[in-house]
Amino acid sequence: MKISDIKIEKLNTDVLIIGGGTAGCYAASYIGENSGYKVIVAEKADIKRSGCLAAGVNALNAYISDGHTPGDYVEYARKDAEGIVRDDLLLTIAEKVNAVTHDLEKKGLVILKDRDGNYVTRGWRNVKINGENIKPILAENVCRQKNVKVINHINITDLKKSGDSVTGAYGFSVREKKFFEIDASAVIIATGGAAGLYRPNNPGFSRHKMWYPPFNTGAGYAMGIRAGAEMTTLENRFVALRCKDTIAPTGTIAQGVHAKQVNSDGEVYETKYGLTTPERIYGTVEEKRAGRGPCYLKTKGISKEAESDLYKAYLNMAPSQTLKWIESGRGPSEDNVEIDGTEPYVVGGHTAGGFWVDTGRRTTVKGLYAAGDVAGGAPQKYVTGALAEGEIAAKTVISDLENSKPSDNLKSADIFKSYLDHFNRTDSTITCEQAEEAMQKTMDEYAGGIGSDYRYNEAGLKIAERRIEEIEKLAGRLRADDMYDLLKIFELKDRLTVCRALIAHLSARKETRWHIFGENADHPVQDAKFLCYVNSVLKDKKIKVIYRPLVKRSGYLHSEAQEMEADT
Amino acid sequence: MSIRIDRNKCIGCGRCSDACPGNLLWLDKENKAFIKDVRDCWGCTSCLKACPVTAISFYLGADIGGCGSQMTVERNGFIYNWRIKTPDGGEKVISVDSRNSNAY
Repeated sequence: MKISDIKIEKLNTDVLIIGGGTAGCYAASYIGENSGYKVIVAEKADIKRSGCLAAGVNALNAYISDGHTPGDYVEYARKDAEGIVRDDLLLTIAEKVNAVTHDLEKKGLVILKDRDGNYVTRGWRNVKINGENIKPILAENVCRQKNVKVINHINITDLKKSGDSVTGAYGFSVREKKFFEIDASAVIIATGGAAGLYRPNNPGFSRHKMWYPPFNTGAGYAMGIRAGAEMTTLENRFVALRCKDTIAPTGTIAQGVHAKQVNSDGEVYETKYGLTTPERIYGTVEEKRAGRGPCYLKTKGISKEAESDLYKAYLNMAPSQTLKWIESGRGPSEDNVEIDGTEPYVVGGHTAGGFWVDTGRRTTVKGLYAAGDVAGGAPQKYVTGALAEGEIAAKTVISDLENSKPSDNLKSADIFKSYLDHFNRTDSTITCEQAEEAMQKTMDEYAGGIGSDYRYNEAGLKIAERRIEEIEKLAGRLRADDMYDLLKIFELKDRLTVCRALIAHLSARKETRWHIFGENADHPVQDAKFLCYVNSVLKDKKIKVIYRPLVKRSGYLHSEAQEMEADT
Repeated sequence: MSIRIDRNKCIGCGRCSDACPGNLLWLDKENKAFIKDVRDCWGCTSCLKACPVTAISFYLGADIGGCGSQMTVERNGFIYNWRIKTPDGGEKVISVDSRNSNAY
């Protein structure tokens, strides 16, 4: 294939938003509603059902009920993350989560209310909803904005740089022979986190039956890393506690019908290990290691009415669980629900891994902003936090737009050639699927996947590092026959970039700050020296680690950045 | 877990292909929808909801406990009717009113 066989489309806009998921949609709507700037949303699938919210969501997990303050939310998140959070980011999110919830309700989201019209809360920071149509609601509002253009089915691979600034992006159509070059005065990256780095729970037929969207490849992290942006806390991986096999949520059962975690002897073990997410999973792993697995949520004996409510709740967010109950002929009132931890993910909306941003969500590269799961430092942001962050980034962009648009650095010809090369490769014995499997196997065995009970050590990480480099070389030689093949190859390349950075982060935090999320077998306990951030940048093709002291509550700017001694 | 498309029912409108968050659904030369690789489905059921003729059903792979049942969903105003057909001819319908919040 030659470049003349390809249609090249050049576009120009004020703001480019990469990724039309939760944060991206909200940022687009905000700019549409509050300014005259032209916006392009570049989305890999279709914004109507893309990203984390495709199937729906069971509840809004970040809503602050009466009697509590945004400060309480910051405290909760900081404690849950053992101190490694950015107070400034958490606070700006916490101050907005209620407002975005009310906005969603106005736009059509069903939220459970009592007779007096108050939200029915689950705990002090959670409201019950019908979240099946939450994504179509967000998407429809984007489509109503006159100055926002949505381009669906386009995969962005690289940021366009001019000197030290980001001035747009390159990508290709997933459906037709078409490459894109988009110039923009500001770029908001909102591509979500990374799934599929590790071997999944169901490695065979149901390999994509996972907690996080398997289509979220960490593309934003990878593009940012390649463009020289600083990342933070990637080693704070996220592992979810899920219903085994279907990988459906457990919180709905645990909180909805107050089911406790029990081992195969019927003993409640959750109190022994603690109730944070990592502790709940740590307990499950430890019970299994001690020979007391499988582990369950004790639902046996719940009423038929409760069972029927569970069937409906799961149809609104994880239909496979309801199908499994019905198909097996044994619902949760008859059988306890088996639980397990998932493979590790990098996801800034639950744990803290992602772009290092200032309080306004500027990344360390001029012209580039980050929001949602791709942005680091603010765990427990969930859906409403991602919306809040989309709004914060959008606000900053509006105030920053000054329209200096210098010329191009990364030549489009080079990028487009890197696409074309894959069509002109001769067939090889190695396929993209094989290379992905090799990556997942490596991460599972040597970088703390399910297969090693989430534990890793320096010796293993060294092997992982070498293997990932080898697979990266392999990925450069893969053959594509159509645009979908090209998509799969670039998704693999992005994952490999994230793996490299993740391995460097796991190695740099020489302690076990969090069970499961970062289980360092060489250093199995917490070490006060590491009450700091582990950050990184790609420099001269190597991941360089930077330790930074904790940022306290207030508007943080990159110009204030401090570095700690490397021998921390 | 994955989906199955009934070629006889498919009208080739392409709505499932637009909706799939993984770009997995395509139209073939006869303008019928197909899934690139059944193993790549996330199980979000977006395509089932987008299909205007209920041509798509959803099933669990045997590796996660599937025994051959298939589930479809049809929308009737605010009501989603989820229909599960078991291989022995059994059928169960669960109706969910989208105006109601989850009880949990």
